[in-house]
Amino acid sequence: MYPASFEYVAVDSAEEAIDSLAEHGDREVTLLAGGHSLLPMMKSGLASPEVVVDLGGVDALSGIERGDDATRINAMTEYAAVADDEGLWSDNPVVPEAAAAIGDVQVRNVGTVGGNVAHSDPAADLPAAMLAADATIHALGPDGEREIPAADFFQAMFTTALADGELLTAIDVPHLGSDDAAAYVKKASPSSGYALVGVAVVLETDGEEIADARVAANGAFDHAMALEPVEEELVGGSLDDESLPERAAGRATDDVESYLVLDDEQASSEYRAHLLEVYAERALETAIDRVGDGSNADG
Amino acid sequence: MASEPNAESVFGSSVERREDVGLLTGDAEFTDDKLQDAAHVAILRSQFAHATIEEIDVSAAEERDGVLAVYTGADVEESGVPNDIPTAWMLPGLVTPQYRIMATDKVRHTGDALAAVVAEDRYAAYDALDDVDVTYDRLEAVTRPDEAVESDVTVHEEAPDNVAFDFELGDADAVDEAFEAADHVASVDLEQPRIIPNAVEPRAAAASYDPSSDELTVWMTSQNPHLHRVLMSTATLGHPEHKLRIVAPEVGGGFGSKIYHYPDEAITAWCAKQLGGSVKWQATRTQSYATDCHGRDHVTEAELALDSDGTIRGLRVETHAGLGAHLSQFATATPSYLYATILSSEYAIPAIHCRVIGAFTNTTPVDAYRGAGRAEGIYVTERIVDVAARELDLDPVEVRRTNLIPPEEFPYETAVALVYDSGEYEEAMDRALELIDYEGVRERQEKLREGGRYLGVGVANFVESAGLSPSKAAGELGAQAGGWEAGVVRFHPSGTVSVAVGTADQGQGHRTTLAQVAAAELGVPVDDVEVVEGDTDEVPQGMGTYGSRSGPVGGGAVAQSGRKVVEKARSIAAHKLEASEDDVEFDDGTFHVVGAPDRSISIQELAYAAYLGHDIPDEMEPGLEATSYYDPENFTFPFGTHAAVVEVDPDTGEVEFHRYVAVDDCGEQINPMIVEGQVHGGIAQGIGAALSEAANYDDNGTLVSGSMNEYALPRSDSLPEYETDSTVTPSPHNPIGVKGVGESATIGATPAVVNAVVDALEPFGVDHLDMPLTDETVWTAIDGGER
Repeated sequence: MYPASFEYVAVDSAEEAIDSLAEHGDREVTLLAGGHSLLPMMKSGLASPEVVVDLGGVDALSGIERGDDATRINAMTEYAAVADDEGLWSDNPVVPEAAAAIGDVQVRNVGTVGGNVAHSDPAADLPAAMLAADATIHALGPDGEREIPAADFFQAMFTTALADGELLTAIDVPHLGSDDAAAYVKKASPSSGYALVGVAVVLETDGEEIADARVAANGAFDHAMALEPVEEELVGGSLDDESLPERAAGRATDDVESYLVLDDEQASSEYRAHLLEVYAERALETAIDRVGDGSNADG
Repeated sequence: MASEPNAESVFGSSVERREDVGLLTGDAEFTDDKLQDAAHVAILRSQFAHATIEEIDVSAAEERDGVLAVYTGADVEESGVPNDIPTAWMLPGLVTPQYRIMATDKVRHTGDALAAVVAEDRYAAYDALDDVDVTYDRLEAVTRPDEAVESDVTVHEEAPDNVAFDFELGDADAVDEAFEAADHVASVDLEQPRIIPNAVEPRAAAASYDPSSDELTVWMTSQNPHLHRVLMSTATLGHPEHKLRIVAPEVGGGFGSKIYHYPDEAITAWCAKQLGGSVKWQATRTQSYATDCHGRDHVTEAELALDSDGTIRGLRVETHAGLGAHLSQFATATPSYLYATILSSEYAIPAIHCRVIGAFTNTTPVDAYRGAGRAEGIYVTERIVDVAARELDLDPVEVRRTNLIPPEEFPYETAVALVYDSGEYEEAMDRALELIDYEGVRERQEKLREGGRYLGVGVANFVESAGLSPSKAAGELGAQAGGWEAGVVRFHPSGTVSVAVGTADQGQGHRTTLAQVAAAELGVPVDDVEVVEGDTDEVPQGMGTYGSRSGPVGGGAVAQSGRKVVEKARSIAAHKLEASEDDVEFDDGTFHVVGAPDRSISIQELAYAAYLGHDIPDEMEPGLEATSYYDPENFTFPFGTHAAVVEVDPDTGEVEFHRYVAVDDCGEQINPMIVEGQVHGGIAQGIGAALSEAANYDDNGTLVSGSMNEYALPRSDSLPEYETDSTVTPSPHNPIGVKGVGESATIGATPAVVNAVVDALEPFGVDHLDMPLTDETVWTAIDGGER
């Protein structure tokens, strides 16, 4: 509960943050956003950074900007702002629905989208939503800006495609078409509130058939991953096919030999794998129900 | 709800809690708010659950900036203090190894203290802990009580088989006969896992020592400051009791965990003496998990003998109770006299026998947690009644009804040494059944099952032995403390009143309820009464708050003193009104002569007269105050019925509440709002135990549910809407008819919920499931049944 001492650096801009990361690059340096993962880790001794660069004063990194084809969520935007954003609920509800499922009101008012995604906690809610949304992650580094597709971003537990010295600045969430639909459903841990299993779904449809599907899960694996066999089963499927959600969800663990389902105090891998199928089915049913309802979501 | 100024009706009304302004605004001061300039103590805990200590090197820690001193168990030994935390309840054959405040040659669980750093600030103190170099020689650990008694691992040399006590209650021969005569025997093996108390404020101590006067003051998170004072004085520190002051300021919850004398508070006070100044210690949540006494930890085999009509003939119970690595104060009483004695629940069971083997393990000490012993005992009986009912194809409610002790049988002597004072059991049970629409739920259950939905209804009755017994009886059974409570009622000359009482609030609202008791006795406005608790300099003596005792025993002491004050005032009134005492009536704060209402005088006027001393009866001393040591003639016995309706999702094992009904009878209610609050909190903790809470150790004795990240406390959004009601059956022997309510709901809720879930799982062939009934546990049981 009493973290080791560290040097604290406050910055005013993303560029200043990059400079600061470079300047302290020979030491263990970390960025502080909402602090809801970092501070508990520092207090429990799991993280002992020598330098903490605080992004709290970088106003330019906050806020939601609605474009024609995508909505930009700047990195320091709090979960609550995303969960309450009517435009996002209308244009791609999988992200605000996942944001609304995080923690509690206090957590959502302080935790940030960029911090969440950059941390790649396997049980966080946003990574699966970003995969399903096919979001684009913007990074700024010493060599300038680059864009990383969400599909390439999450690599392992607490490991992303961000390089040392790089800062996640924003995430672009593409808008869905009028016949598309999305959903995020979650089985929360009764103790931590994190996802034992969370499943995000985006279905692109013509109102009758599924043209494309992106289904991703967090909580079950060492990082958020697409459930490709489920996606395969869905593509070309009819929205009227009542057995489709169960059939597709049943394939959630098809590749289970090729990756490890998490096994810990909170749930065995057997139970998690089962929950993955059940919650994938629930997510698919919810998304299919929402097709053609005009807003893509109940929210 | 407004304050009730009318003294007549103040007892029994929902007076607003006067504590809440300070608590809600943050003005209230807790232990860590005291001694702002004190040095800080950090305590090094053992890295391993079981190891011998080869060496402790503190030299690097001592050299750190800001470090004032580093102490080990050897330093404590050298100081010559008694250094032995005792148990407060002796049982026949009990093994009592020395419990040092810091370990010297061996550690026995991961919470054992090894060294204390005192530093100028908290960060420096904790940084220095990393520099204390301990060389361990690791030993194998044992964590389960049933395995401990068979294990090669020895926690204490004094108990080679790890058995601290082997306790028996009841008539074994009579039980054998009952079992032979009965039509049917039901049996169940059940476990009651460890609960971590999780008070909102972790334990803390702030100690100040004045070398010139030898006065030592310790502010601490205490449920019983006087008990802490006598233990620190006689058992750990050897500091003279009259120069030791213990103060419990605002205390943020306890649930039992702050009754006990732990090493940490003694270490803090000892450091203050060593340094001749002020030091303070505040536990982190992680330390609380590792060191606050856990609750429960029972492994039980139970058998119930019944006739085919459901009439219970006998109950046989054998329990292995985990005590942890050391004997805490009530660790021996909780699984013995507080457990075996309640096994009769609300039923006329002719023969009961219970054996309890208390075992040392390499785990955090176990002691009383809300419901202590009674919760475990009622759980056994209320579970096995359901198991038996199903085996006999009888409705579990009807089996209960068949065996209820009828109202005319009170006082009722059970087969396990208690005499229940009063009870209207069927009335409360029927009220709960009516509220939950028991027949309707059963019909709905049947219909829904046809459609693949699984509803379950669970009912549990309970009796609680509250107040912790008369002193003489407790002494005969091995208690090292009394069961009385002290209360002072003192009029000030101006007519306002101070009450001092030896109970100690941790959020219960005593300053409100005990003021109501005094105001009602004295006939003064409740706002004219102030209640002082929690300070050994302000309160003459006291036993503290636990075992649902503050209402019945603390309230009894206040009422008795109030009555003594009224009698003295009556003598002065008679003197001043020139009437015989027998002709002076007391009504709502005013004495008047019978038949002459004009000849009257208020109790406030009499208080003034008493302190003037000019015009009081000859031979009477001036002043108007009284002190009582109220020693109850018996426990009080609250009771009630809880009922839950749940639905289980067979896909996931998730349990959803449809209804939760609680009908509690705690006798007279001083403040119905506070009673309801106690019931609400108790249900939450009872449900937590049933569905989600368990402290788990791995084979090495590491607490794997070591934080709230893994340990699932119930949350507001996982709890049902409570529908509460009450019946009122006063205690015939308590001065104010009160029975106590602090633990009732925790006792009733757990078996009601487990019974409901197991009932829902009947189609899957599930007869019993051990707590906590997590989603995965339930899903696994369903999956097993389907396979």
